[in-house]
Amino acid sequence: MSVPRFWRKQVARYNLIGTHCTNCKTYYYPPRSMCPKCRRDGKTENYKFSGRGEVLTYTVIHTAAEGFEKQTPYVLGIVKLEEGPSLTSQIIADPGTMKIGMKVRPVFRKLGESGEKGMIYYGTKFVPE
Amino acid sequence: MRDVAIIGIKTTRFGENWDISLRDTITEAGVGALEDAGVTGEEIDAIIVGNMSGGQFIEQEHIGALIADYAGLAKELHVPATRVEAACASGGLALRQGIHAVASGLEDIVVAAGVEKMTDISSSSASTALAAAADREWEGIMGATFPGLYAMIARLHMHKYGTTSEQLAQVAVKNHANGVHNPIAQYHNKISVDDVLRSIMVADPLHIFDCSPITDGAAAVILAPADIAHKYTDTPVYVKATSQASDTIALHDRKDITTLAATVEAGKRAFRMAKLTPGDIDLVEVHDCFTIAEICAIEDLGFVKKGEGGKFTEEGNTAIDGKIPVNTSGGLKSCGHPVGATGIKQAAEIVEQLRGDAGKRQVNGAEIGMTHNVGGSGATAVVHILSRNR
Ligand SMILES: [Zn+2]
Repeated sequence: MSVPRFWRKQVARYNLIGTHCTNCKTYYYPPRSMCPKCRRDGKTENYKFSGRGEVLTYTVIHTAAEGFEKQTPYVLGIVKLEEGPSLTSQIIADPGTMKIGMKVRPVFRKLGESGEKGMIYYGTKFVPE
Repeated sequence: MRDVAIIGIKTTRFGENWDISLRDTITEAGVGALEDAGVTGEEIDAIIVGNMSGGQFIEQEHIGALIADYAGLAKELHVPATRVEAACASGGLALRQGIHAVASGLEDIVVAAGVEKMTDISSSSASTALAAAADREWEGIMGATFPGLYAMIARLHMHKYGTTSEQLAQVAVKNHANGVHNPIAQYHNKISVDDVLRSIMVADPLHIFDCSPITDGAAAVILAPADIAHKYTDTPVYVKATSQASDTIALHDRKDITTLAATVEAGKRAFRMAKLTPGDIDLVEVHDCFTIAEICAIEDLGFVKKGEGGKFTEEGNTAIDGKIPVNTSGGLKSCGHPVGATGIKQAAEIVEQLRGDAGKRQVNGAEIGMTHNVGGSGATAVVHILSRNR
């Protein structure tokens, strides 16, 4: 992914900052500039998530996406944050210990490398509580 | 709005076709469908083509004009050609846009086609290209792959409903058994549940044999107003419904990870439009990009209660001689999945079945068939209902 494309959402990725609609009180991560429930009537503001959540579902990836080959096997999960929204992230855990419903917390980690320029990019992954 | 009929079909050989280019494979499909319909180039009012990613697969955009050119419809006739894209549902979308054009009265004879040339790049580059159908910024960047996303659907389906790996495998086994009898299919080999379970793990719980392959191929159908269909063919197949629905681009934003709500909604809209119910459908081509996808599809379209798709499949209900034959073509799994072409191939398979021309795959007495084409992990679903009777 290009540098500007990553940079635009760098703060959100590093600090788990999403949005909160003050009109309908819904929380969003990833951040959204418009509340999809209220649409034009919504009012969104930044919100820093606690990061506490639980695993809704997961997989262990053996055939990696490009740029992730050195990491296999890795656990990818959908984490439901306590405020409501869900996100996709890697979960740093022994695949054998993974369970649906397990509690997780966020950690700051290297996400991957961009192929051509070798740029390393960081973001939020999760570990078991 | 006018009734619309399909008066000609052609699907090329699906497979790793290193010997043939995108422009030649789609020309073969288009010419074949025109010959099947007995339509001349001068009669064509428009071409609509589904293509997911010529840009990524062969570094070629402007696919519509390219096709018109190589089909001999550009330089003298200047036939308008439009490419449409909805990832793996691009073909279904092309059919739907073609139907719109004819139904509206704006066009009479329309070629609805689909094509993908996927094997000119490495399979890992092809996987990256396909992953662009998901959310690159919030799924792909975390290391998500397409098998990975469907594996997460499968994992939760197993957890909630007790679906087993054996039941998933049975989808692949059944689709390979069907593909054996389809001359254009990528694979003509039967496989067993054990073969699937022993194949390498791609994204747990999905094995490589739970996944559809990377494929080159094209398909085309010719659309005409129903009123003049008999001028061209004795066996027109009528479009009873066309529908489409959207859902969130990312899997994690869905209301229920195990339900493709776009499929549910597109299915309901199609049944409403056709004034039919799932019980009226004689056979269905569903989007089995992964084995779990077929199980979700038959549940979400209403052929079986949510959560019971695995058991239903295991009991043989979706085989050619079962209660509701699913993917007689071999599906994406065995017939192959050239992403832009798949939605058109599905329609061509239903037409062949309704004409009674499907040979050893023939569903006896088939009168009404359905197609179901999905983009991404379920952000787009396109459904059609086709019938022998107007
Ligand atoms: Zn709101």
